[in-house]
Amino acid sequence: MKPPSHSKIKIVDGMKVKVISRSAEEFTRERSQDLQRVFRNFDPKLHAQEKAVEYARALNAAKLEKIFAKPFLGAMDGHVDAISCMAKNPNYLKGIFSGSMDGDIRLWDISSRSTVQQFVGHKGAVRGLAASTDGSILVSCGNDCTVRLWSIPGPKIADLDDASENASNPLAVYVSKNAFRAVDHQWDGNLFATVGAQVDIWDHSRSEPVTSFAWGSDTVVSVRFNPAHKDILATSASDRSITLYDLRMALPSKKIVMQTRTNAIAWNPREPMNFSLANEDCNCYSYDMRNMEQAKCVHRDHVSAVMDIDYSPTGREFVTGSYDRTVRIFQYNAGHSREIYHTKRMQRVFCVKFSCDASYVISGSDDTNLRLWKAKASEQLGVLLPRERKKQEYLDAVKERFKHLPEVKRIVRHRHLPKPIYKAASLRRTMADAEKKKEERKRAHSAPGTVVTVPLRKRRIVSEIE
Amino acid sequence: MALSDEEDLDIKKYLRGENKGLKAVKDKKLRGQLTVREELYSQSAKAAAKVEKWLLPSEGGYLETEGLEKSWRIKQENIVHEVDILSSRKAFDIVLPDLGPYVLDYTSNGHYMLVGGRRGHLAMMDVMSMNLIKEFQVRETIRDVKFLHNDQFFAAAQKKYSYIYNKVGTEIHCLKENLFPLSLQFLQNYFLLVSINKYGQLLYQDTTTGEIVGHHRTGLGRCDVMNANPFNSVIALGHNSGKVTLWKPTSANPLVKMLCHHGPIAALAFHNNGHLMATAGMDHKIKLWDLRKFEAVHTFKGHAKTLDFSQRGLLAMASGSLIKIWRDDSGNSDYQLYMSHRMLKGYQVGEVRFRPYEDVLGFGHSTGISSILVPGSGEPNFDTFVANPFETSKQRREKEVHALLDKLQPEMIMMDQTKIGGLKSGSRAEEGKSKEGREAEMDAALAAAKGEKRKKKTKGRSKPSKIEKKKKETVIKAKRPFIEERVKEEEKRKKQKVSEMQLPLALQRFARSS
Repeated sequence: MKPPSHSKIKIVDGMKVKVISRSAEEFTRERSQDLQRVFRNFDPKLHAQEKAVEYARALNAAKLEKIFAKPFLGAMDGHVDAISCMAKNPNYLKGIFSGSMDGDIRLWDISSRSTVQQFVGHKGAVRGLAASTDGSILVSCGNDCTVRLWSIPGPKIADLDDASENASNPLAVYVSKNAFRAVDHQWDGNLFATVGAQVDIWDHSRSEPVTSFAWGSDTVVSVRFNPAHKDILATSASDRSITLYDLRMALPSKKIVMQTRTNAIAWNPREPMNFSLANEDCNCYSYDMRNMEQAKCVHRDHVSAVMDIDYSPTGREFVTGSYDRTVRIFQYNAGHSREIYHTKRMQRVFCVKFSCDASYVISGSDDTNLRLWKAKASEQLGVLLPRERKKQEYLDAVKERFKHLPEVKRIVRHRHLPKPIYKAASLRRTMADAEKKKEERKRAHSAPGTVVTVPLRKRRIVSEIE
Repeated sequence: MALSDEEDLDIKKYLRGENKGLKAVKDKKLRGQLTVREELYSQSAKAAAKVEKWLLPSEGGYLETEGLEKSWRIKQENIVHEVDILSSRKAFDIVLPDLGPYVLDYTSNGHYMLVGGRRGHLAMMDVMSMNLIKEFQVRETIRDVKFLHNDQFFAAAQKKYSYIYNKVGTEIHCLKENLFPLSLQFLQNYFLLVSINKYGQLLYQDTTTGEIVGHHRTGLGRCDVMNANPFNSVIALGHNSGKVTLWKPTSANPLVKMLCHHGPIAALAFHNNGHLMATAGMDHKIKLWDLRKFEAVHTFKGHAKTLDFSQRGLLAMASGSLIKIWRDDSGNSDYQLYMSHRMLKGYQVGEVRFRPYEDVLGFGHSTGISSILVPGSGEPNFDTFVANPFETSKQRREKEVHALLDKLQPEMIMMDQTKIGGLKSGSRAEEGKSKEGREAEMDAALAAAKGEKRKKKTKGRSKPSKIEKKKKETVIKAKRPFIEERVKEEEKRKKQKVSEMQLPLALQRFARSS
């Protein structure tokens, strides 16, 4: 590039002079179709009061975020009874399966929020739904002691605008003696697991389970396969225990017993040795599979039993739905939720799913509706221009920088809670504070070392059984 | 990149402060996050230093002499003769003999110049193309002129009121709140127009809403020397007693009062970095002050009616018909005479002002306006988003909107700008909490406890004796945490005393008294 033209340096009488001389051609554009030229100088001297300006921008960004926070997108109604379970199809982002308490299974198209296909067959409540990883088979199990395999329609049917609700017949129906509570499909193979009276491993083509595990005589309530290792699965039972199974061995591998029952388990898809539990004592616990002595993190914010939990495909967040009629989104390592969603019309939330592109959260609840929410409440959906995206990233970063200051914190943390939840939460807080104070006083008045505090991560585990 | 290239980069300039060790942070998660952030800071500082080294389009000006030749003996004509035509046009003389000594102001990008003559002459010029935009007569004395946030509006301090005019010359506002204003300043980031009047009253007015943010009486009499610190937007006033006071809009008392000279202050100027201040007094002295330590770094002998710092730290001072420009070659503010310029005898300089982003010094004097070339005074590389000398009207409009969105609140003006973004370190558990503070808290808690209303219970449970007992209980309960704290502190003090008793007898009087 030609260096900019300056005054020619003349050496006369022992003097060298040069003055700043800018020619307009280098600093303005040639034609009106060109972009304007932008010059940057990052010298801090030129940017006076940069910190104050950034703070003002953070405050404005926090306020704008609250103005644009409209997370509720829509409800999908069609079911006649409460929704008990949902399943994602990993091959097709726009579809979601839902099963209800009267045996109705539907495939929904999220963008039009309408039913694409209905799967009629179950006689009682549908208790579990799972889609195979290649997206061809849907497995459902229910209170009528049957497991049904359905073939998932291809994407073309779902895209048709006048898709009517057509029923289809199951590929296979397998009957067993006891009712089933949950089902999950292996991530990388042909096996799926059902749980009820015991843990059964089935193959698609066999009408009897390939293997069965039983440890203890209580009903097993939920099951999940590990995303990375296709032979590892985790189950939770009514005797407040969590059991890890390895299919290559004949015996279950690890078991811990907690103080309360776990309703659902979810594995972190990005860190497959970690999994999180949705527990009856209103908390979620994250564990590392290799060290089950204590939880990695305790996520506390719900005020009633947590019914379902699902991880985002980024592995950085998870969503929980609870009996207290709210849906909360937590960060994978945070003790408190970053977001809460509630509506007057949404009753007890029984199942939640994070969409496969990490932008939406779907909740199925007692009031027979599936609700679609945004994962980031103030996010602008759709295609963003590069400048819009950069501006949004800048605003997020500047809010992050100043979010600990009182004015910004007050705005960023503010969420409207329904009165019963607000009251229940403050009641729980008072109770926890009182317990803590009692503990402190006990320790202050006893010989040092006699009163040992067990960390919360360990406190909830009753025993660990190999 | 070779190691020598890495060493050439001036990374420290972009780091904005020392890297504090993170060992004191106990929280592991927080420590991890802060380490990542520090890493990002150092990366961005390196990237900015590389931009400075390789990508900046222009280089600064200079004037170098060889041998025994002194730079301040070189005349303006010689410089103009050596320089190219475009630059030589920047040195001019406009003769306007009848309309009084002139004051002038440049927009922040150095594109437009506003001149005001004492006898009422207002004129706005585009100095890049040397065009006159608008000139008119207001038929009143004009004491000061100032551009507002861009070239579209400017303010003139006239005889009784200040007026705001449009670029076209229309009078837009008459600001009646400050009578007989003597000097004006505009705080760019806050959109505040500051004026000082002949009774010594300081007025801060928001030019976007018209709201008066601060109106303070200095109490120190008539004052017409006012300047704003570009680093933290603090206003400095120079008074007739030799005092310099620093003000912010939200407090009625000055932040700092410094006795600078033995006579009245004649002129005041701030360096861009915010901690160097030059003051000139009638006691024939010009002093350079360091505002972090509040002590004089340099003292020169000389008289100056007006002072101005350039973007690169050159100091111009003028009195009578002589203009002197001082420069510090090294960074540590030891100023030496760099250039001098003498006008025709009898001309009296009114105000000197460096033109931003150019090597030009403009000054208004009793018979008009002139400008001279001062190599090395302007910043050669501008940032388009801060000030763009080649601004189009579309860019100007967008910049105005962005500036309004980023407008700062007047509460943010403070001496130490690094405090923004930090947390107040006072909490209840702090040892630094004063005794009065604690007692006040205890009194407040007791008052709250005593004022509590108790429900009247039935079936004989609200007997007067029982009510009294309950009242006493609540008072004791409210007092208990304070008493516990006091007991803890007593124990701590006793422990400390015991440890001090272990000093040898000769040193015991030097033991720290808690």
